[in-house]
Amino acid sequence: MQDTQGTPEVRVFRLNGRPHAALVADHVLLLDYLREQAGLTGTKRGCDGGECGACTVLIDGRPRLACLTRAQECAGHDVETIEGIGAPGRMSALQRAFHERLGTQCGYCTPGMVMAAEALLRRDPDPDEAAIRAALGGNLCRCTGYVKIIEAVHDAVGTPR
Amino acid sequence: MTHIRPAHDVVGRPTPLIDGIEKVTGQAHYTADLPAAGALVGRILRSPFAHARIRAIDTEAARALPGVHAVITGEDCDQTYGVLPIAMNEYPLARGRVRYCGEPVVAVAAVDEATAAAALRLIRLDVEELPAYFTAAEARTPDAVLLHDDKPGNVERAVHHRFGDVEAGFAAADLVREQVFRCAEIAHAQMELNAALVSYDHDRDQLTIWSTTQVPYYVHLMLARCLGMDMSRIRVIKPFVGGGFGARVEVLNFEIITALLARAAGGTVRMVLSREGTFLTHRGRPETEIRLKLGMMRSGRLTACACEVIQRGGAYAGYGIVTILYAGALLHGLYDIPAITYDGWRVYANLPPCGAMRGHGTVDVRFAFESLLDSMATEAGLDPIAVRRANLLAAPTETANGLRVESYGLGECLDWVEQASGWRERRGRLGAARGLGMACSHYVSGAAKPIHWTGEPHAVVHLRLDFDGGLTLLTGAADIGQGSSTVMAQAAAEVLGVHLDRVRVVAADSMLTPKDNGSYSSRVTFMVGNATIDAARALRERLLAAAAEKLGVAVTEVEDSHEHFRRAGDNAAGLSFAEVTQAALAREGGAITVKGTFSCPLEFQGGKHRGGAVGAAMGFSYAAQAVEVSVDEDTGMVAVEKIWVAQDCGFAINPLAVEGQMQGAVWMGMGQAIGEETRYENGLAMHASLLDYRMPTSVESPPIDVHIVESRDPNGPFGAKEASEGALAGFLPALINAIADAVGLRLDTLPATPDRVLEALAKRQRAARLARAMQERA
Repeated sequence: MQDTQGTPEVRVFRLNGRPHAALVADHVLLLDYLREQAGLTGTKRGCDGGECGACTVLIDGRPRLACLTRAQECAGHDVETIEGIGAPGRMSALQRAFHERLGTQCGYCTPGMVMAAEALLRRDPDPDEAAIRAALGGNLCRCTGYVKIIEAVHDAVGTPR
Repeated sequence: MTHIRPAHDVVGRPTPLIDGIEKVTGQAHYTADLPAAGALVGRILRSPFAHARIRAIDTEAARALPGVHAVITGEDCDQTYGVLPIAMNEYPLARGRVRYCGEPVVAVAAVDEATAAAALRLIRLDVEELPAYFTAAEARTPDAVLLHDDKPGNVERAVHHRFGDVEAGFAAADLVREQVFRCAEIAHAQMELNAALVSYDHDRDQLTIWSTTQVPYYVHLMLARCLGMDMSRIRVIKPFVGGGFGARVEVLNFEIITALLARAAGGTVRMVLSREGTFLTHRGRPETEIRLKLGMMRSGRLTACACEVIQRGGAYAGYGIVTILYAGALLHGLYDIPAITYDGWRVYANLPPCGAMRGHGTVDVRFAFESLLDSMATEAGLDPIAVRRANLLAAPTETANGLRVESYGLGECLDWVEQASGWRERRGRLGAARGLGMACSHYVSGAAKPIHWTGEPHAVVHLRLDFDGGLTLLTGAADIGQGSSTVMAQAAAEVLGVHLDRVRVVAADSMLTPKDNGSYSSRVTFMVGNATIDAARALRERLLAAAAEKLGVAVTEVEDSHEHFRRAGDNAAGLSFAEVTQAALAREGGAITVKGTFSCPLEFQGGKHRGGAVGAAMGFSYAAQAVEVSVDEDTGMVAVEKIWVAQDCGFAINPLAVEGQMQGAVWMGMGQAIGEETRYENGLAMHASLLDYRMPTSVESPPIDVHIVESRDPNGPFGAKEASEGALAGFLPALINAIADAVGLRLDTLPATPDRVLEALAKRQRAARLARAMQERA
């Protein structure tokens, strides 16, 4: 959802491990930048701002909502999206666990869930169930009742990050 | 009733979704993700009035704004739409009158979001406000203004069904109780925002829509109707869809509006609704009041049931008639009840239209039924599970209202839940403010009578084999995350004896795939699954014939397994799948496409009474569950500690997906039971965000243990029935019964939010104090 107002400026940050120069106006949200300009549509919009967690990305390894982050704020930081997890054409162990455990049904919340879980496993390599539930508490899912999502994250504990 | 499973290779095994990798890697493209370079942005102006006559709409300034390509109003479409041919009373954009706050009035297509928003701000509505009604009772008052002139009393449909002699049943009963229950309106809140992308080719007068739908065919029908286009000029594609739960089982206004905009602008328009707009599109479960009377013998045997239901349906018809019929029809088919009367009223009100939601029409009534049954069991000193057992059906049977129950695993469900939850040892012994409750529920596996009766089969599948040996399954069935494409691939691979990954599924593109009625009423596994088996069998015959010819033996002598064909008993090399494919193609003159179909026989299509088709199905799923809760008597917070749920789904073609569906269903029931409700202030939605509409997060969601019971339905594909709706309804009463076990309090109103629980506790305290005071005085 681009806007006609505001003068775009170049901002440099890392995007999925690579240096990236973004031409963005100052009010453009990271979510809109990723989806509309960078072509990274894996990051989803599920609400009108900060309600659902579907747009969770990692900024410097921490989970952040792309719908509440201006793209310009990312200058100098490390941004990771679902497209940057795993190798091209190959799922990460966490993604594989979500797939094989049916931690995904409709799949719409899944990229945000995977990113939130990825951040958790980076900061806590051995989380218990309560820690997993707490880490995913800002990511809504309407399909699974969270049961198989929790199982998937459990399964991925101890796998390489 | 568990049957020994034959040696299946593909079905019956936990199978990750065939499109799951796209979902976990971010490569799955949903409607809003589709490349749309140069597409215009569509936006809708919604009515700020709950009920008003439209005198004039001034769009001049909006049209003059640079960057605006189209502005449309009700003047641009004089065709109504709706899912039921007998109840199409909605216009894509209001004509002459608005009937709810949030109803689309004007739509614009502009070069970008900001211009579209600016254009909407320039539009002036001139209206004369009318009295608005926000409850069923207000709308039904004798002098109320009619929302629709042809519906006196604002009653969309009144249903009066009489089966058996209820008066005799009540007279014979040892215990007769009557109670009123209320359930708030709720919403599906599917995670994906409603969205449509429509490309209109002006030079060819052809239109393509990608949309967030469960029913591409119904979208197709209504686009043709509202745009006055020949159906062959329209192509409907369903990309990945982020959940449905019934929200998308009818064409929705934004889909038609986007199409109208694309044609008016002569190009491509992308419409992504906000979360608020998605809530306002609604079609959720209606606010419902249930008055229920049951008669029971000392043994626990039910003698009669009389039920009255009032549903506040919102401003337009939608599925309303079906919802009010389901509410009564599925009083039958779970237990053996000799006499049932049902009176239902579907009422119009000035609120967003309700529709179908998971467990369509049956959930709130089941809440009332299982709650009252439980309290009567307690009163009679009977165990709640024993009371259910006392009323089991004996399948095969036909209910009084003409539902045919061919398979029935409820008894086994009860056995497992009783054992797994530690029912006998733990109930009543969990300590202060902790309790255990249980309930049962059921649902149809596919509405036996199609909404649009055309004489075609209920389901059609094409299966194609070409030179590469790949099997392409073409189906109109809409996978919305439930895993239907995976089930179809499994069914085809099973019958053909091939690896699952040899089958690829092309789904829901009207240009390529045969028509399908869509993903609703839990019809896809049953109907499309059977059609898939039919297609795969037809193809297998062709392959066996080719193999026989090549091997120089009779067809009956050919043995095939694991992609290998040989003469039975012959240990020689035989033929590979590639060799047989080549032989078959040479024999048949190139690529082979076979067709498989499925139809529900007439005898399964319900009773002869008016409305008798609703509720009829070829198979019914059955579920029992136990719920453990703790209640904080200081805050009124109800915490669900654990759920045990068993469901008879006939046969689990994909046990992994069945588990996921069951967990999702009871969890959705939990949301309705403990917190979800839509709220309106003078018709204005106060709940239209995911912060205000409180669905459970991972933190307050409990572990859910599931058990699959396989009764092997004689008509289901491999014996399968539905698995995604049947368990939902049971959660609500199981929770209320558990709260009763925990704190001795029986709530009759849902959701059981802290304020309601506290109020009920306070009321009980007041009553106790009063009683004490009276005693002291006496």
